[in-house]
Amino acid sequence: MAAVSGAAGTGAAVSGLDPVAVRRDFPLLMAPHAGGRLVYLDSAASSQRPRQVLEAMDDYYETTHANVHRGVYAIAEEATRRFEAARHAAGRLIGAARPATEIVFTKNVTEAVNLVAYSWGRANLAPGDAIVLTEIEHHANLVPWLMLAEERQLELRYLRLGEDYRLELSNLDELLDGAKLLGITCASNVLGTVVDLEPLVAAAHDAGAVVLADAAQLVPHRPVDVAALGVDFLGFTGHKMLGPTGIGVLYGREELLEAMPPFLGGGEMIRDVRLDGFTPNELPWKFEAGTPPIAEAIGLHAAIRYLEAIGLEAVAEHEDSLTAHAVGRLQDAFGEDITIFGPDPALGRRGGAISFAFKDLHPHDVAQVLDSRRVCVRAGHHCAKPLMRRLGVQATTRASLYLYNDEDDVSELVGALRAVADFFA
Amino acid sequence: MSGLGDVYRENLEDLYREIILDHYRSPRNRGELATPPAHRAEGFNPLCGDEVVVYAAVEDGVVTDVRISGQGCSISQSSASMMSAAVKGQPVAEARRLLRAFKSMMSIHESSLGGEAGGVSRARGGEGAVEADEADEPAPVDVESLGELAALQGVVKFPVRIKCATLSWNTLAQVLAEAEAGGAGTGAEAVG
Repeated sequence: MAAVSGAAGTGAAVSGLDPVAVRRDFPLLMAPHAGGRLVYLDSAASSQRPRQVLEAMDDYYETTHANVHRGVYAIAEEATRRFEAARHAAGRLIGAARPATEIVFTKNVTEAVNLVAYSWGRANLAPGDAIVLTEIEHHANLVPWLMLAEERQLELRYLRLGEDYRLELSNLDELLDGAKLLGITCASNVLGTVVDLEPLVAAAHDAGAVVLADAAQLVPHRPVDVAALGVDFLGFTGHKMLGPTGIGVLYGREELLEAMPPFLGGGEMIRDVRLDGFTPNELPWKFEAGTPPIAEAIGLHAAIRYLEAIGLEAVAEHEDSLTAHAVGRLQDAFGEDITIFGPDPALGRRGGAISFAFKDLHPHDVAQVLDSRRVCVRAGHHCAKPLMRRLGVQATTRASLYLYNDEDDVSELVGALRAVADFFA
Repeated sequence: MSGLGDVYRENLEDLYREIILDHYRSPRNRGELATPPAHRAEGFNPLCGDEVVVYAAVEDGVVTDVRISGQGCSISQSSASMMSAAVKGQPVAEARRLLRAFKSMMSIHESSLGGEAGGVSRARGGEGAVEADEADEPAPVDVESLGELAALQGVVKFPVRIKCATLSWNTLAQVLAEAEAGGAGTGAEAVG
């Protein structure tokens, strides 16, 4: 944790986060790429990870790997201790009242949503029931509900996109009337829109609906408190917050999780198995069938420690100012040649995902030439095809910012976009 | 790693040869044909949303006219333009030979990707499509016989873009199958 308690940590206390010092902790960002520094602007798809995370995972495998919750020998006890410590850290990070029972490890947010749709949804939704989603959702919070709706003949209602790329809320009460669930993103992976969740949660609860929040793009970037938000379920994923792939978290209120049937069946999730039946395990293991991703949980714990050492307030402040800077630079440099699909940073907080159309060029062509300048951006539909249709585009180019990005990265992006314009002139 | 930059730039110039950019900026045979008598098929690339519509008029075994509409990236659009120029006025047999040779040129990486980028094998659109699949198995590469189409061979260094280049050709296979089957040719779909 040297750089966290050293340069980056010290900088955070005085004048905000120092992205150059942070970068020194990230081997991939420090390695030469194509003769220069990699400009990584795709953290909304997946972040990079600091060596503290890699070392924590290596240390686990090198010193104490064994299966968890089984062996009585020392390294198995230690593996179990580290795995469960990760659960508590994840719970503390989001303000869960009872981390020991309310934090379920999943593969990612997609699995977290599928767990809720399959287990809570099948136990609580009947033909004709309505659920409310939004048209800015990632496919992860759309397709599981489309599948359940087909199976159970559910009515799907959608909050639409409104002014300044924020949700249109004028018909919120009408949509929530009689609905059983509100499934909503906390921050759009395409638009950068940050949803003001508290009033929505209050309205949903007034209407008798439970709330599932997709926080994949929020937990990595800002402080999150599930108690303050009032959400019933919330999902986030490790690899977008400096941790490894293959580890995600579902937070659920204990009463809800307790009443839900298991999701996947197998080892670990049972208390007793007979030839004619089984008794499920207690929370949270009831929802964790099979050997879990142990090293990944330990890596996630290291990522959480890293982010907490810097401070998520500092991360948010850094991203807010860098996002405003980047949007301003792009608009100044390219004027009408660029269309940014996302809220104006001057009108309120937004996330660091900046989606845009550049001239009349296809995003794949833009991204391909940016790659030749070592600038990594995403080009495509960002797993949000209904939103693409709403925006009237097939795809967008997206640059997304995180704690290791700085104004130099924005300059590199602007310069590389000039090269794109020249190349296709 | 320091030499990678030059390789990247060379590859980029390989990908976007001048003739490709020319077809992208000034696409040939843009437009539509009345169906019937012409045949029509649509191709989609689900990864990037590219779509291409190919119209072909076939008389006495000759592709007498070709028109292209749709939208997409420079590679898919220029490949469609170059295809239209290459097959227009050619006998169907020659169009099929070009199709096989082009697919063969593009299949170097398709095979190494375990079929992920395979276009023809995943084409669908009725019985005609099955016929096209069998008829259009990649032939040994004969790059010289491809003329200016050979300019697209740099695409194989960018596996994700292979689908962009083969999209219009897979769609052409659908149109030719439709024409041979004698159908009205309005509903075929290819997935690039």
